[in-house]
Amino acid sequence: MNDIWILATASLVASSCALVGVLLVLRRLSLLGDAISHSVLLGIVLAYLVMGERSEMAMMVGAVLMGLLTAGLTQLLQKNPHIQSDVSIGVVFTSFFALGVVLIAIYAGQIDLDQECVLYGEIAFVPFDTVVWGEQSLGPRAFWLALAVFLINVVVIGVAFERFKLMAFHPLLALSLGLSVPFWHAMLMTLVSLTTVASFDAVGAILVVALLVIPASSAYLVATSLKAMMGWALVYAQLSVLLGYGLAVWLDSAIAASIGVMAGGLLLLTLAIQQLLKPKASQLNLS
Amino acid sequence: MSVSPLRVENLAMRYHTQPVLEGVSFDIPAGSSVAILGPNGAGKSTLLKGIMGLAPLMQGKVSVFGGALTDQRLKVAYVPQRDESDWDFPIQVMDVVLMGRHGHLKFWQRPSSVDRALAKQALQKLDMLPYQNRQISQLSGGQQQRVFLARALVQQADLYLMDEPFAGVDMMTEKAIVGLFEILKQQQKTIVCVHHDLNTVAEYFDWVILINHGLIASGPVETTLTPEIIAKTYGGRIPLGLKLGTQRKGNGRF
Repeated sequence: MNDIWILATASLVASSCALVGVLLVLRRLSLLGDAISHSVLLGIVLAYLVMGERSEMAMMVGAVLMGLLTAGLTQLLQKNPHIQSDVSIGVVFTSFFALGVVLIAIYAGQIDLDQECVLYGEIAFVPFDTVVWGEQSLGPRAFWLALAVFLINVVVIGVAFERFKLMAFHPLLALSLGLSVPFWHAMLMTLVSLTTVASFDAVGAILVVALLVIPASSAYLVATSLKAMMGWALVYAQLSVLLGYGLAVWLDSAIAASIGVMAGGLLLLTLAIQQLLKPKASQLNLS
Repeated sequence: MSVSPLRVENLAMRYHTQPVLEGVSFDIPAGSSVAILGPNGAGKSTLLKGIMGLAPLMQGKVSVFGGALTDQRLKVAYVPQRDESDWDFPIQVMDVVLMGRHGHLKFWQRPSSVDRALAKQALQKLDMLPYQNRQISQLSGGQQQRVFLARALVQQADLYLMDEPFAGVDMMTEKAIVGLFEILKQQQKTIVCVHHDLNTVAEYFDWVILINHGLIASGPVETTLTPEIIAKTYGGRIPLGLKLGTQRKGNGRF
Protein backbone atom coordinates (compact mmCIF):
# COMPACT_ATOMS: atom_id res chain seq x y z
CA MET A 1 0.00 0.00 0.00
CA ASN A 2 2.82 2.42 0.85
CA ASP A 3 4.27 1.99 -2.62
CA ILE A 4 0.98 3.02 -4.15
CA TRP A 5 0.76 6.16 -2.00
CA ILE A 6 4.31 7.09 -2.90
CA LEU A 7 3.72 6.55 -6.60
CA ALA A 8 0.39 8.37 -6.57
CA THR A 9 1.88 11.35 -4.74
CA ALA A 10 4.89 11.50 -7.03
CA SER A 11 2.65 11.21 -10.07
CA LEU A 12 0.42 14.09 -8.98
CA VAL A 13 3.37 16.28 -8.07
CA ALA A 14 5.04 15.57 -11.41
CA SER A 15 1.79 16.29 -13.27
CA SER A 16 1.32 19.66 -11.60
CA CYS A 17 4.93 20.56 -12.30
CA ALA A 18 4.56 19.48 -15.94
CA LEU A 19 1.50 21.68 -16.54
CA VAL A 20 2.87 24.90 -15.04
CA GLY A 21 6.33 23.98 -16.33
CA VAL A 22 5.05 24.17 -19.92
CA LEU A 23 3.94 27.77 -19.40
CA LEU A 24 7.23 28.66 -17.69
CA VAL A 25 9.39 27.07 -20.39
CA LEU A 26 7.44 28.77 -23.19
CA ARG A 27 7.77 32.17 -21.55
CA ARG A 28 11.50 31.53 -21.00
CA LEU A 29 10.82 31.80 -17.29
CA SER A 30 12.36 28.50 -16.15
CA LEU A 31 14.80 30.42 -13.98
CA LEU A 32 11.96 32.29 -12.29
CA GLY A 33 10.33 28.92 -11.56
CA ASP A 34 13.59 27.84 -10.00
CA ALA A 35 13.63 31.02 -7.93
CA ILE A 36 10.08 30.66 -6.69
CA SER A 37 10.58 27.02 -5.80
CA HIS A 38 13.36 28.11 -3.47
CA SER A 39 11.92 31.25 -1.97
CA VAL A 40 8.62 29.59 -1.04
CA LEU A 41 10.67 27.89 1.68
CA LEU A 42 10.74 31.22 3.50
CA GLY A 43 6.97 31.40 3.15
CA ILE A 44 6.57 27.92 4.61
CA VAL A 45 8.88 28.68 7.52
CA LEU A 46 7.08 31.95 8.27
CA ALA A 47 3.74 30.12 8.12
CA TYR A 48 5.07 27.67 10.73
CA LEU A 49 6.27 30.47 12.98
CA VAL A 50 3.03 32.44 12.75
CA MET A 51 0.71 29.47 13.24
CA GLY A 52 2.96 27.67 15.71
CA GLU A 53 2.12 24.35 14.08
CA ARG A 54 1.92 22.67 10.70
CA SER A 55 -1.02 24.03 8.75
CA GLU A 56 -1.39 23.28 5.04
CA MET A 57 -3.59 26.31 4.51
CA ALA A 58 -1.08 28.69 6.12
CA MET A 59 1.77 27.06 4.22
CA MET A 60 0.01 27.61 0.92
CA VAL A 61 -0.82 31.23 1.72
CA GLY A 62 2.72 31.89 2.90
CA ALA A 63 4.22 30.24 -0.15
CA VAL A 64 2.01 32.13 -2.60
CA LEU A 65 2.76 35.46 -0.95
CA MET A 66 6.47 34.71 -1.02
CA GLY A 67 6.28 33.50 -4.63
CA LEU A 68 4.54 36.70 -5.73
CA LEU A 69 7.00 38.78 -3.70
CA THR A 70 9.88 37.02 -5.46
CA ALA A 71 8.40 37.66 -8.91
CA GLY A 72 7.56 41.27 -8.04
CA LEU A 73 10.90 42.07 -6.42
CA THR A 74 12.72 40.53 -9.38
CA GLN A 75 10.82 42.76 -11.78
CA LEU A 76 11.49 45.80 -9.59
CA LEU A 77 15.24 45.13 -9.57
CA GLN A 78 15.20 44.65 -13.36
CA LYS A 79 13.95 48.22 -13.77
CA ASN A 80 17.46 49.29 -12.78
CA PRO A 81 19.39 49.29 -16.08
CA HIS A 82 22.55 48.15 -14.27
CA ILE A 83 20.99 44.91 -13.04
CA GLN A 84 20.61 42.08 -15.55
CA SER A 85 17.44 40.01 -15.31
CA ASP A 86 19.23 36.79 -14.35
CA VAL A 87 21.16 38.67 -11.68
CA SER A 88 18.00 40.11 -10.18
CA ILE A 89 16.44 36.63 -10.02
CA GLY A 90 19.60 35.12 -8.58
CA VAL A 91 19.87 37.77 -5.88
CA VAL A 92 16.27 37.56 -4.70
CA PHE A 93 15.73 33.84 -4.45
CA THR A 94 19.07 32.89 -2.94
CA SER A 95 18.71 35.44 -0.16
CA PHE A 96 15.11 34.39 0.53
CA PHE A 97 16.11 30.75 0.59
CA ALA A 98 19.09 31.49 2.83
CA LEU A 99 16.87 33.43 5.23
CA GLY A 100 14.53 30.43 5.31
CA VAL A 101 17.37 28.09 6.19
CA VAL A 102 18.63 30.48 8.89
CA LEU A 103 15.16 30.61 10.44
CA ILE A 104 14.92 26.82 10.39
CA ALA A 105 18.23 26.62 12.21
CA ILE A 106 17.22 29.22 14.83
CA TYR A 107 13.78 27.81 15.53
CA ALA A 108 14.72 24.18 15.08
CA GLY A 109 12.72 23.28 18.19
CA GLN A 110 9.50 24.86 16.94
CA ILE A 111 9.63 23.99 13.26
CA ASP A 112 9.13 20.46 12.18
CA LEU A 113 11.30 20.98 9.12
CA ASP A 114 14.60 19.39 8.45
CA GLN A 115 17.21 21.11 6.27
CA GLU A 116 18.01 17.92 4.38
CA CYS A 117 14.35 17.24 3.77
CA VAL A 118 13.78 20.79 2.52
CA LEU A 119 16.51 20.43 -0.06
CA TYR A 120 15.95 16.89 -1.25
CA GLY A 121 12.54 15.87 0.05
CA GLU A 122 11.93 12.36 1.19
CA ILE A 123 9.09 10.81 -0.62
CA ALA A 124 9.70 7.45 1.06
CA PHE A 125 8.46 8.98 4.35
CA VAL A 126 5.31 10.42 2.78
CA PRO A 127 3.05 7.50 3.84
CA PHE A 128 3.86 7.92 7.53
CA ASP A 129 2.31 11.36 7.90
CA THR A 130 -1.36 10.65 7.39
CA VAL A 131 -4.59 12.57 7.62
CA VAL A 132 -6.83 11.04 10.27
CA TRP A 133 -10.60 11.52 10.27
CA GLY A 134 -12.02 10.16 13.51
CA GLU A 135 -10.56 6.69 13.72
CA GLN A 136 -10.05 6.34 10.00
CA SER A 137 -6.76 7.07 8.28
CA LEU A 138 -7.42 8.74 4.94
CA GLY A 139 -3.93 8.35 3.56
CA PRO A 140 -0.88 10.61 3.50
CA ARG A 141 -1.16 14.38 3.93
CA ALA A 142 1.27 14.90 1.07
CA PHE A 143 -1.00 12.94 -1.27
CA TRP A 144 -4.05 15.06 -0.49
CA LEU A 145 -2.09 18.27 -0.78
CA ALA A 146 -0.68 17.15 -4.14
CA LEU A 147 -4.16 16.17 -5.34
CA ALA A 148 -5.67 19.51 -4.27
CA VAL A 149 -2.95 21.49 -6.02
CA PHE A 150 -3.17 19.35 -9.15
CA LEU A 151 -6.92 19.99 -9.33
CA ILE A 152 -6.38 23.73 -8.84
CA ASN A 153 -3.86 23.71 -11.69
CA VAL A 154 -6.14 21.76 -14.01
CA VAL A 155 -9.14 23.98 -13.30
CA VAL A 156 -7.33 27.33 -13.55
CA ILE A 157 -5.31 26.44 -16.64
CA GLY A 158 -8.28 24.66 -18.20
CA VAL A 159 -10.69 27.54 -17.72
CA ALA A 160 -8.32 30.33 -18.78
CA PHE A 161 -6.47 28.23 -21.34
CA GLU A 162 -6.82 30.77 -24.16
CA ARG A 163 -5.50 33.57 -21.97
CA PHE A 164 -2.48 31.55 -20.87
CA LYS A 165 -1.80 30.62 -24.49
CA LEU A 166 -1.83 34.22 -25.68
CA MET A 167 0.24 35.36 -22.69
CA ALA A 168 2.84 32.70 -23.33
CA PHE A 169 3.00 33.34 -27.07
CA HIS A 170 3.14 37.11 -27.12
CA PRO A 171 2.79 39.21 -23.95
CA LEU A 172 2.96 42.46 -25.96
CA LEU A 173 0.15 41.33 -28.22
CA ALA A 174 -1.87 40.34 -25.15
CA LEU A 175 -1.30 43.81 -23.72
CA SER A 176 -2.33 45.43 -27.01
CA LEU A 177 -5.61 43.49 -26.87
CA GLY A 178 -6.31 44.99 -23.46
CA LEU A 179 -5.72 41.82 -21.46
CA SER A 180 -4.42 42.28 -17.94
CA VAL A 181 -0.95 40.86 -18.44
CA PRO A 182 0.23 41.54 -14.85
CA PHE A 183 -2.82 39.72 -13.51
CA TRP A 184 -2.24 36.58 -15.60
CA HIS A 185 1.47 36.69 -14.83
CA ALA A 186 0.67 36.81 -11.11
CA MET A 187 -1.80 33.96 -11.62
CA LEU A 188 0.91 31.82 -13.19
CA MET A 189 3.30 32.67 -10.36
CA THR A 190 0.60 31.70 -7.87
CA LEU A 191 0.20 28.32 -9.56
CA VAL A 192 3.97 27.83 -9.54
CA SER A 193 4.11 28.67 -5.82
CA LEU A 194 1.26 26.28 -4.96
CA THR A 195 2.81 23.55 -7.06
CA THR A 196 6.13 23.99 -5.30
CA VAL A 197 4.56 23.78 -1.83
CA ALA A 198 2.83 20.57 -2.77
CA SER A 199 6.11 19.20 -4.08
CA PHE A 200 8.25 20.09 -1.07
CA ASP A 201 7.53 16.99 1.03
CA ALA A 202 7.99 14.72 -1.91
CA VAL A 203 10.93 15.99 -3.90
CA GLY A 204 12.35 19.04 -2.11
CA ALA A 205 13.36 22.43 -3.44
CA ILE A 206 16.06 21.30 -5.84
CA LEU A 207 14.36 18.44 -7.63
CA VAL A 208 11.12 20.33 -8.07
CA VAL A 209 13.04 22.41 -10.59
CA ALA A 210 13.81 19.24 -12.53
CA LEU A 211 10.13 18.36 -12.63
CA LEU A 212 9.13 21.90 -13.63
CA VAL A 213 11.62 22.20 -16.45
CA ILE A 214 12.57 18.80 -17.87
CA PRO A 215 9.24 17.17 -18.87
CA ALA A 216 8.09 20.49 -20.35
CA SER A 217 11.33 20.83 -22.30
CA SER A 218 11.03 17.29 -23.65
CA ALA A 219 7.47 18.05 -24.70
CA TYR A 220 8.64 21.26 -26.41
CA LEU A 221 10.78 19.11 -28.70
CA VAL A 222 7.85 17.09 -30.02
CA ALA A 223 4.67 19.18 -29.71
CA THR A 224 3.08 21.35 -32.39
CA SER A 225 0.38 22.95 -30.25
CA LEU A 226 0.10 24.11 -26.66
CA LYS A 227 -2.48 21.44 -25.83
CA ALA A 228 -0.22 18.74 -27.29
CA MET A 229 2.73 20.15 -25.38
CA MET A 230 0.84 19.87 -22.10
CA GLY A 231 -0.22 16.34 -23.03
CA TRP A 232 3.32 15.31 -23.87
CA ALA A 233 4.67 16.96 -20.71
CA LEU A 234 2.21 14.87 -18.67
CA VAL A 235 3.32 11.72 -20.48
CA TYR A 236 7.00 12.49 -19.91
CA ALA A 237 6.28 13.28 -16.25
CA GLN A 238 4.48 9.98 -15.67
CA LEU A 239 7.16 7.99 -17.46
CA SER A 240 9.84 9.71 -15.37
CA VAL A 241 7.97 8.83 -12.17
CA LEU A 242 7.43 5.17 -13.11
CA LEU A 243 10.93 4.59 -14.47
CA GLY A 244 12.49 6.60 -11.64
CA TYR A 245 10.62 4.62 -9.04
CA GLY A 246 11.70 1.39 -10.70
CA LEU A 247 15.30 2.59 -10.77
CA ALA A 248 15.19 3.55 -7.09
CA VAL A 249 13.78 0.16 -6.08
CA TRP A 250 16.28 -1.68 -8.26
CA LEU A 251 19.31 0.24 -6.95
CA ASP A 252 17.84 0.82 -3.48
CA SER A 253 18.45 4.54 -4.01
CA ALA A 254 16.65 7.85 -3.43
CA ILE A 255 13.28 7.89 -5.17
CA ALA A 256 12.97 11.59 -5.98
CA ALA A 257 16.50 11.82 -7.31
CA SER A 258 15.96 8.73 -9.48
CA ILE A 259 12.85 10.39 -10.94
CA GLY A 260 14.96 13.43 -11.77
CA VAL A 261 17.60 11.24 -13.40
CA MET A 262 14.97 9.50 -15.52
CA ALA A 263 13.40 12.81 -16.59
CA GLY A 264 16.81 13.94 -17.81
CA GLY A 265 17.41 10.59 -19.48
CA LEU A 266 14.12 10.81 -21.38
CA LEU A 267 14.99 14.31 -22.61
CA LEU A 268 18.34 13.09 -23.90
CA LEU A 269 16.69 10.07 -25.51
CA THR A 270 14.15 12.32 -27.28
CA LEU A 271 16.95 14.55 -28.54
CA ALA A 272 18.92 11.52 -29.74
CA ILE A 273 15.94 10.08 -31.61
CA GLN A 274 15.30 13.45 -33.22
CA GLN A 275 18.92 13.66 -34.32
CA LEU A 276 18.67 10.21 -35.90
CA LEU A 277 15.51 11.17 -37.77
CA LYS A 278 16.84 14.57 -38.75
CA PRO A 279 18.08 13.86 -42.32
CA LYS A 280 14.58 12.78 -43.24
CA ALA A 281 13.02 15.77 -41.56
CA SER A 282 15.18 18.26 -43.43
CA GLN A 283 14.31 16.60 -46.74
CA LEU A 284 10.64 16.97 -45.88
CA ASN A 285 11.10 20.67 -45.15
CA LEU A 286 12.73 21.24 -48.49
CA SER A 287 9.98 19.59 -50.48
CA MET B 1 -15.57 61.85 -40.22
CA SER B 2 -14.18 64.78 -38.31
CA VAL B 3 -12.65 62.95 -35.35
CA SER B 4 -9.04 62.10 -35.97
CA PRO B 5 -8.32 58.38 -35.58
CA LEU B 6 -4.98 59.20 -34.01
CA ARG B 7 -3.73 62.38 -32.40
CA VAL B 8 -0.39 62.60 -30.63
CA GLU B 9 0.40 65.68 -28.56
CA ASN B 10 3.87 66.65 -27.35
CA LEU B 11 4.93 63.05 -26.75
CA ALA B 12 8.28 62.22 -25.13
CA MET B 13 9.67 58.75 -24.45
CA ARG B 14 12.83 57.30 -22.96
CA TYR B 15 14.65 54.02 -23.05
CA HIS B 16 16.06 53.69 -19.52
CA THR B 17 17.69 57.11 -19.12
CA GLN B 18 18.27 57.68 -22.84
CA PRO B 19 15.76 60.06 -24.46
CA VAL B 20 14.35 58.45 -27.62
CA LEU B 21 11.55 60.78 -28.63
CA GLU B 22 10.80 64.35 -27.71
CA GLY B 23 8.10 66.84 -28.59
CA VAL B 24 6.30 64.68 -31.14
CA SER B 25 2.88 65.97 -32.16
CA PHE B 26 0.77 65.01 -35.15
CA ASP B 27 -2.71 64.33 -36.28
CA ILE B 28 -3.75 62.06 -39.13
CA PRO B 29 -6.86 62.10 -41.33
CA ALA B 30 -9.40 59.28 -41.08
CA GLY B 31 -9.19 56.61 -43.75
CA SER B 32 -5.61 57.43 -44.67
CA SER B 33 -2.64 55.12 -44.97
CA VAL B 34 0.28 56.57 -43.11
CA ALA B 35 3.99 55.71 -43.27
CA ILE B 36 6.22 56.50 -40.31
CA LEU B 37 9.69 57.11 -41.74
CA GLY B 38 13.07 57.78 -40.23
CA PRO B 39 16.59 56.37 -39.93
CA ASN B 40 17.42 53.33 -37.79
CA GLY B 41 17.11 54.11 -34.10
CA ALA B 42 15.02 57.22 -34.77
CA GLY B 43 12.31 55.90 -32.45
CA LYS B 44 9.75 54.65 -35.00
CA SER B 45 8.90 51.38 -33.24
CA THR B 46 9.09 53.11 -29.87
CA LEU B 47 6.53 55.62 -31.10
CA LEU B 48 4.11 52.82 -32.06
CA LYS B 49 4.63 51.15 -28.68
CA GLY B 50 4.03 54.45 -26.93
CA ILE B 51 0.79 54.98 -28.85
CA MET B 52 -0.33 51.43 -27.95
CA GLY B 53 0.56 51.91 -24.28
CA LEU B 54 3.13 49.12 -24.50
CA ALA B 55 5.96 51.40 -23.39
CA PRO B 56 5.70 54.24 -20.87
CA LEU B 57 5.34 57.86 -21.96
CA MET B 58 7.50 60.43 -20.17
CA GLN B 59 5.23 63.17 -21.33
CA GLY B 60 2.45 63.87 -23.79
CA LYS B 61 -0.94 62.56 -24.71
CA VAL B 62 -2.27 60.06 -27.22
CA SER B 63 -5.91 60.07 -28.27
CA VAL B 64 -7.58 57.64 -30.62
CA PHE B 65 -10.96 58.52 -32.12
CA GLY B 66 -11.10 61.47 -29.74
CA GLY B 67 -10.75 59.39 -26.56
CA ALA B 68 -8.34 57.40 -24.46
CA LEU B 69 -6.95 54.20 -25.96
CA THR B 70 -7.77 52.19 -22.84
CA ASP B 71 -11.50 52.75 -23.38
CA GLN B 72 -11.42 51.41 -26.93
CA ARG B 73 -8.46 49.08 -27.24
CA LEU B 74 -10.21 46.72 -29.62
CA LYS B 75 -10.66 49.54 -32.14
CA VAL B 76 -6.89 49.57 -32.54
CA ALA B 77 -5.06 46.54 -33.92
CA TYR B 78 -1.33 46.26 -33.41
CA VAL B 79 0.98 44.17 -35.59
CA PRO B 80 4.30 43.75 -33.77
CA GLN B 81 7.59 43.49 -35.59
CA ARG B 82 8.04 39.96 -36.89
CA ASP B 83 11.28 39.31 -35.01
CA GLU B 84 9.69 40.23 -31.69
CA SER B 85 7.77 36.95 -31.76
CA ASP B 86 8.74 33.42 -30.82
CA TRP B 87 8.27 31.55 -34.10
CA ASP B 88 9.27 28.22 -32.51
CA PHE B 89 6.24 28.40 -30.25
CA PRO B 90 4.13 25.24 -30.55
CA ILE B 91 1.08 26.81 -32.16
CA GLN B 92 -0.69 26.52 -35.48
CA VAL B 93 -1.57 29.28 -37.92
CA MET B 94 -5.30 29.13 -37.16
CA ASP B 95 -4.69 29.56 -33.41
CA VAL B 96 -2.55 32.64 -33.96
CA VAL B 97 -5.22 34.25 -36.14
CA LEU B 98 -7.90 33.42 -33.56
CA MET B 99 -5.91 35.43 -31.00
CA GLY B 100 -7.31 38.48 -32.80
CA ARG B 101 -10.67 37.50 -31.32
CA HIS B 102 -9.40 37.19 -27.75
CA GLY B 103 -10.22 40.77 -26.87
CA HIS B 104 -13.85 40.03 -27.77
CA LEU B 105 -13.97 36.90 -25.57
CA LYS B 106 -14.24 36.46 -21.81
CA PHE B 107 -11.33 34.61 -20.27
CA TRP B 108 -13.23 31.35 -19.92
CA GLN B 109 -14.62 31.41 -23.47
CA ARG B 110 -13.24 29.50 -26.42
CA PRO B 111 -13.41 30.93 -29.96
CA SER B 112 -16.80 30.12 -31.51
CA SER B 113 -17.61 28.88 -35.01
CA VAL B 114 -18.27 32.51 -35.97
CA ASP B 115 -14.76 33.44 -34.79
CA ARG B 116 -13.35 30.55 -36.81
CA ALA B 117 -15.24 31.63 -39.91
CA LEU B 118 -13.85 35.15 -39.52
CA ALA B 119 -10.35 33.74 -39.12
CA LYS B 120 -10.74 31.68 -42.29
CA GLN B 121 -11.93 34.73 -44.22
CA ALA B 122 -8.93 36.71 -43.01
CA LEU B 123 -6.53 33.92 -43.99
CA GLN B 124 -8.23 33.73 -47.38
CA LYS B 125 -7.70 37.46 -47.95
CA LEU B 126 -3.99 36.96 -47.38
CA ASP B 127 -3.75 33.76 -49.44
CA MET B 128 -2.86 31.79 -46.32
CA LEU B 129 -5.90 29.53 -45.95
CA PRO B 130 -4.06 26.40 -47.20
CA TYR B 131 -1.60 26.85 -44.32
CA GLN B 132 -4.17 27.07 -41.52
CA ASN B 133 -3.03 23.85 -39.81
CA ARG B 134 0.71 24.43 -40.18
CA GLN B 135 2.87 25.05 -37.19
CA ILE B 136 4.19 28.60 -37.46
CA SER B 137 7.83 27.50 -37.39
CA GLN B 138 7.28 25.83 -40.78
CA LEU B 139 6.38 29.10 -42.51
CA SER B 140 8.62 31.47 -44.45
CA GLY B 141 9.17 34.97 -43.10
CA GLY B 142 6.63 36.44 -45.50
CA GLN B 143 4.04 33.83 -44.60
CA GLN B 144 4.59 34.55 -40.91
CA GLN B 145 3.98 38.23 -41.59
CA ARG B 146 0.73 37.39 -43.39
CA VAL B 147 -0.42 35.32 -40.40
CA PHE B 148 0.12 38.33 -38.16
CA LEU B 149 -1.80 40.57 -40.54
CA ALA B 150 -4.67 38.08 -40.63
CA ARG B 151 -4.59 38.17 -36.84
CA ALA B 152 -4.98 41.95 -36.90
CA LEU B 153 -7.73 41.73 -39.53
CA VAL B 154 -10.01 39.46 -37.45
CA GLN B 155 -9.86 41.95 -34.63
CA GLN B 156 -12.09 44.13 -36.84
CA ALA B 157 -10.41 47.30 -35.65
CA ASP B 158 -10.74 50.78 -37.14
CA LEU B 159 -7.09 51.77 -36.78
CA TYR B 160 -4.22 49.44 -37.70
CA LEU B 161 -0.73 50.07 -36.33
CA MET B 162 1.89 47.91 -38.05
CA ASP B 163 5.56 47.71 -37.22
CA GLU B 164 7.57 47.16 -40.44
CA PRO B 165 5.15 44.77 -42.16
CA PHE B 166 7.15 44.98 -45.40
CA ALA B 167 10.52 44.19 -43.79
CA GLY B 168 12.21 41.15 -45.31
CA VAL B 169 9.16 39.74 -47.08
CA ASP B 170 8.89 38.14 -50.52
CA MET B 171 7.09 39.67 -53.50
CA MET B 172 3.98 37.58 -52.97
CA THR B 173 3.65 38.78 -49.41
CA GLU B 174 4.23 42.38 -50.43
CA LYS B 175 1.40 42.04 -52.95
CA ALA B 176 -0.84 40.42 -50.34
CA ILE B 177 -0.17 43.26 -47.89
CA VAL B 178 -0.94 45.87 -50.55
CA GLY B 179 -4.15 43.99 -51.33
CA LEU B 180 -5.02 44.08 -47.64
CA PHE B 181 -4.42 47.85 -47.56
CA GLU B 182 -6.93 48.24 -50.39
CA ILE B 183 -9.55 46.23 -48.53
CA LEU B 184 -9.00 48.25 -45.36
CA LYS B 185 -9.16 51.55 -47.27
CA GLN B 186 -12.45 50.56 -48.86
CA GLN B 187 -13.79 50.01 -45.37
CA GLN B 188 -12.62 53.50 -44.34
CA LYS B 189 -10.04 52.06 -41.93
CA THR B 190 -6.88 53.95 -41.07
CA ILE B 191 -3.46 52.34 -41.43
CA VAL B 192 -0.25 53.49 -39.77
CA CYS B 193 2.93 51.62 -40.71
CA VAL B 194 6.53 51.92 -39.67
CA HIS B 195 8.19 51.73 -43.06
CA HIS B 196 11.79 51.59 -44.23
CA ASP B 197 11.68 51.59 -48.04
CA LEU B 198 11.46 55.16 -49.29
CA ASN B 199 11.01 53.92 -52.87
CA THR B 200 7.61 52.44 -52.19
CA VAL B 201 6.22 55.16 -49.92
CA ALA B 202 4.40 57.08 -52.65
CA GLU B 203 2.95 53.89 -54.04
CA TYR B 204 1.63 52.39 -50.81
CA PHE B 205 0.85 55.40 -48.62
CA ASP B 206 -0.90 58.73 -48.89
CA TRP B 207 0.39 60.41 -45.72
CA VAL B 208 3.87 60.45 -44.16
CA ILE B 209 5.26 61.16 -40.70
CA LEU B 210 9.02 61.68 -40.67
CA ILE B 211 10.80 61.41 -37.34
CA ASN B 212 14.33 61.46 -36.05
CA HIS B 213 14.01 61.59 -32.25
CA GLY B 214 11.67 64.49 -32.84
CA LEU B 215 9.05 65.18 -35.48
CA ILE B 216 10.53 66.42 -38.76
CA ALA B 217 7.33 66.60 -40.77
CA SER B 218 3.84 65.19 -41.07
CA GLY B 219 1.61 65.63 -44.09
CA PRO B 220 0.38 64.30 -47.44
CA VAL B 221 2.98 62.33 -49.40
CA GLU B 222 2.96 64.66 -52.44
CA THR B 223 3.81 67.81 -50.50
CA THR B 224 5.81 66.34 -47.63
CA LEU B 225 8.14 63.75 -49.10
CA THR B 226 10.54 66.28 -50.60
CA PRO B 227 14.30 65.79 -51.01
CA GLU B 228 14.90 68.58 -48.45
CA ILE B 229 12.75 66.95 -45.78
CA ILE B 230 14.20 63.53 -46.52
CA ALA B 231 17.71 64.92 -46.17
CA LYS B 232 16.74 66.61 -42.91
CA THR B 233 15.26 63.37 -41.55
CA TYR B 234 18.17 61.15 -42.49
CA GLY B 235 20.81 63.68 -41.41
CA GLY B 236 21.91 64.57 -44.93
CA ARG B 237 22.70 60.97 -45.78
CA ILE B 238 20.33 59.65 -48.38
CA PRO B 239 19.47 56.06 -47.47
CA LEU B 240 20.92 53.36 -49.69
CA GLY B 241 18.88 52.31 -52.64
CA LEU B 242 16.83 55.45 -52.92
CA LYS B 243 16.53 56.65 -56.50
CA LEU B 244 15.67 60.29 -56.05
CA GLY B 245 13.75 61.78 -58.92
CA THR B 246 12.72 58.37 -60.14
CA GLN B 247 10.41 57.70 -57.27
CA ARG B 248 7.51 55.65 -58.44
CA LYS B 249 4.45 57.82 -58.60
CA GLY B 250 1.27 56.67 -56.96
CA ASN B 251 -0.50 54.58 -59.56
CA GLY B 252 -3.94 55.76 -58.64
CA ARG B 253 -4.69 52.87 -56.35
CA PHE B 254 -4.57 55.10 -53.35
